[in-house]
Amino acid sequence: MTAAAVVTGIGVVAPNGLGADDYWDATTRGRGGLRAITRFDASAYPIRVAGEIPGFAATEHLPSRLIPQTDRMTQLALVAAEQALADSGVDPAAQPEFAVGAVTASSSGGTEFGQNELTKLMVRGGNHVSAYHSFAWFYAANTGQISIRHGLRGPSGVIVADEAGGLDALAQARRNIRRGGAVMVTGGVDASVWPWGLVSQSAHGLTSGADDVDRAYLPFDARAGGYVPGEGGALLVVEPADAARARGARVYGELAGYAATFDPKPGTGREPGLRRAIELALADAALTPGDVDVVFADAAADLELDGREAAAINAVFGPRGVPVTAPKTMTGRLQCGAAPLDVAAALLAIRDGLIPPTTNVSPESRYELDLVVAQARPARVGAALVLARGHRGFNSAMVVRAVA
Amino acid sequence: MEQQEFTLADLARILLDAAGAVEGAAFDEGIVDAELEQLGYDSLAILETGSRIEREYGITLDDGVLVDARTPRAVIEVVNAHLAARAA
Repeated sequence: MTAAAVVTGIGVVAPNGLGADDYWDATTRGRGGLRAITRFDASAYPIRVAGEIPGFAATEHLPSRLIPQTDRMTQLALVAAEQALADSGVDPAAQPEFAVGAVTASSSGGTEFGQNELTKLMVRGGNHVSAYHSFAWFYAANTGQISIRHGLRGPSGVIVADEAGGLDALAQARRNIRRGGAVMVTGGVDASVWPWGLVSQSAHGLTSGADDVDRAYLPFDARAGGYVPGEGGALLVVEPADAARARGARVYGELAGYAATFDPKPGTGREPGLRRAIELALADAALTPGDVDVVFADAAADLELDGREAAAINAVFGPRGVPVTAPKTMTGRLQCGAAPLDVAAALLAIRDGLIPPTTNVSPESRYELDLVVAQARPARVGAALVLARGHRGFNSAMVVRAVA
Repeated sequence: MEQQEFTLADLARILLDAAGAVEGAAFDEGIVDAELEQLGYDSLAILETGSRIEREYGITLDDGVLVDARTPRAVIEVVNAHLAARAA
């Protein structure tokens, strides 16, 4: 018998809301956080609109000692982790020493910290580079700093698989719980709205060069012209269902099913791996397509990639067979933070019986999707499917469901 | 060359920039003999602080010299010894 892994705490740092309540309020009202980039002069860059978290001042949230040694992604992650633990009511200090762990995903590492220190190295010399550069830009910095701050000494790690990694991290946390870990802090927070982080993404050719924030990111729309990057994500507290029940915790839902697949080599003509990921995740959750009440799409906003995603969804659920949404139109794609934030949204949709909308989009009819657009749709949500794709072939799917 | 003096206030200022402030304690005469590690400054904090002192004062501190100087008083003495040696 394997323990069911349930979510008991949610922490959110998103362009349209700091904290789960603010994020969910904005998201269900269709209030987006995309804006012309303000943190640096982006006028000469191929990306000028992004999902920035406005007015975030790390010094208002974190001890002074942590500021010089952390990239913005870690500062945001520490805020999300603190929120999630507080929301769950779990006190790591009251748990056995090795019972609480952290698994996060990362896509870029600390691009702002890294760029700034490499600039010092090249302009002013090696003795001007911060000693904290030795770890602050690492993929594992978020997991490490969360663990140190909260005294987490249980099973820990970091997963790097572009956006799909956000679900892979949650799945790894679920494995750790099944192996007997008590509590996991898990999810992903990235922050690459900084020149190095943005040019790294624009090099794929999949980002939006638009200047109009309402037209910049239009997945499943005939006008789709690439995605808008954003910063932020979500961290969750996950624990065994029986332990959560025993301590009377509020349970948002269960991480019920998961699968990851990889696409065939380009040019082979073979089907991409997303449909198989969906089917395997449903099988893992012991659910049928008819049990799923909403799909949170990956939403690349690229004509070819949108078509592939719609084909995978329709192959499993049938044309217009299930409500589909992409609230990331309000945040941009948050790299590894995107899917954990979608999982948080799915859990809140279960709680409130409300599917958040895909904003700004006029659905392209040839995709044959029941896309929830314009405004939130009331619906009983017992189970939700979250999809995430990473650049160059990663596919992950996760099913979350209500716990009776 | 006139000898500069490196004071507790200088150390407090540089340490604050390099590694942030100690929670709940003023960095003043009261902690001059406290262990930096006990104050919350680990070896990387000391390394970064040493690097900034070197840049600002134009001196070179041998590897490990600040790690061996475990208290604010010891750090100040080491830096002043280097400044005196340079002025001589």
